[in-house]
Amino acid sequence: MSAAPLLETRALRRSFGALAAARDIDFQLEAGARHALIGPNGAGKTTFINLLTGVVRPTAGVILLNGRDITGVPESLRVKLGIARTFQINRLFRHLSVLENVYISVAERTGVAPSMLRPAGRRRDVVEESMALLDSLKLTADAARRVSELPYGRQRLVEIAIALGLRPRVLLLDEPAAGVPSAESHIILDAVDRLPREIAVLIIDHDMDLVFRFAQRITVLVSGAVFASGSPREIGANPDVRAVYLGQAARG
Amino acid sequence: MTSFHRRSSAGGAPAPRRPAARTTPGGWADHAAARALASRHRLRAWEPIPWLLALAFYFAFPKYLGFGTEVLVTILFALSLDLVLGYAGIVTLGHAAFFGAGAYTVGMLAKQGIWNEPITGLILAALVAALVGLGSGMVLLRTQGLTLLMLTLCTMALLEEAANLAHVYTGGFDGLDSLPIAPLLGRFEFNPLYPRTQYLYVLSVLLICFVFVRTLVYSPFGQSLTGIRENILRMHAVGAPVRRRLVLCYVLSAAIAGIAGGIWAQANAYVNLGTLGLDRAATVLIILVLGGHGRLYGAFVGAIAYMALSHFLSKIYPTAWQLGLGLLLVVIALFAKNGILGIVEAAARGRRAPRAT
Repeated sequence: MSAAPLLETRALRRSFGALAAARDIDFQLEAGARHALIGPNGAGKTTFINLLTGVVRPTAGVILLNGRDITGVPESLRVKLGIARTFQINRLFRHLSVLENVYISVAERTGVAPSMLRPAGRRRDVVEESMALLDSLKLTADAARRVSELPYGRQRLVEIAIALGLRPRVLLLDEPAAGVPSAESHIILDAVDRLPREIAVLIIDHDMDLVFRFAQRITVLVSGAVFASGSPREIGANPDVRAVYLGQAARG
Repeated sequence: MTSFHRRSSAGGAPAPRRPAARTTPGGWADHAAARALASRHRLRAWEPIPWLLALAFYFAFPKYLGFGTEVLVTILFALSLDLVLGYAGIVTLGHAAFFGAGAYTVGMLAKQGIWNEPITGLILAALVAALVGLGSGMVLLRTQGLTLLMLTLCTMALLEEAANLAHVYTGGFDGLDSLPIAPLLGRFEFNPLYPRTQYLYVLSVLLICFVFVRTLVYSPFGQSLTGIRENILRMHAVGAPVRRRLVLCYVLSAAIAGIAGGIWAQANAYVNLGTLGLDRAATVLIILVLGGHGRLYGAFVGAIAYMALSHFLSKIYPTAWQLGLGLLLVVIALFAKNGILGIVEAAARGRRAPRAT
């Protein structure tokens, strides 16, 4: 078991017409990993996440979860297999309370969601689990508020909470701190730091402080292809990486 | 890998979260958010009032029971639309397809002398409308927005034309009249001049359907429908079988619309192409938006306001009464997109804490 990575892609390719958004990506995510994916804008990072979650189908190549080929498995079933994600731009249930947002996700995972005859609030197990999850992200004070009323930074935490409600084995964080004012960004960093060790985390971010503080391994994507991969020290010392990416403005 | 299969049950799996630092070991049931969620389905103190008023109307206005029956049927129809539009966010202009399917089921079965018992007739009407909803929903609900709107309209137009062409069975443009509907429970005649039976019958059916819809929208299923309305892409990302949920909701709504159509045919002993028409579909949409969608009681408020207004405006101003109605709708659409109930809610909120909506 330990030999096979938790999540792996082999020669994964996706073309949009003449544009190859992903070129033969070989990638491995180990169990419990803290892995960062960086690269300039348009490098294909979000496309890669969309390929892993099944939103976008690959043109060629395979995706393996625990050695099993999941390339043809649809999005909703990949969630059941333990792959969850957050979005670069909030995709929340804006007019519902914070608790209801997480409730939806927990109810989906536990199979409670199709039930029609019992009031949602009477499912104490789902409510308790949702509240405990919010507590672990220090969100209980906002649990009764509408998501749309929260400051943006805290909305980003709800984004993470919904994904955690699925109890994933693999969590894909697409720029968790994007759009958060710098005064608030520490709450995102703290939350990312405190993610349970059992979850393998792949994070995309432009914030190099966050990436180098968080990641044990970094993969650099340029023009849809893996440009370099290694430990933060190796990547930081790699002159080619510095030239194409780190040399640019941090939010370029 | 067996672990794939073990995942979903997740029962014995160690919680992959750090144990939360709980301050209340007894749980979270007392937290304001949990209390709000646990109490939102409870019957509110004012909720019996509309039903008591409906009952009082029966005794107070025996001359207006025909009008009252019409209003109650419209409420039921608007309630079915609220389920798909207000809760699941399915935009449709073709909901009369199901009303008509139910009405023609009752009408044709009675006219051919096959079946004229009212209650089982309604169940058949619901089943036929649900089947139409299932068939069309599986195709239509792959689309969204404007495409969906056009396709629901087209489905209804196709049904209407089919009913027109099959005039041997449907009576075509003339419809089917003098339907021989059997007495309710074998005792109570449907008298078209004194529609007392009809009124109480429709009120009872409305109550049953309302309790069902109310239960549904506060259930986890209803919560997931709200999730689909609020953010369909996120629902995919949490692993929800979105299309299956939407189709199921559409089928249930169609069944209720079918009951509304069936009971309309029974109450009037009559069915015609108007039950399937755009006029009816558009009117019910206007009624729901006027009352406030996604609010259960919006159907009540909208139907009563719309029908009472058209009733009185047409008396005061017989030539151009629709102008007044149109102006009112423009005002509602511009300034109160949550309808009359939205205004009431905003006023109630404003009294507690002044804040813009």
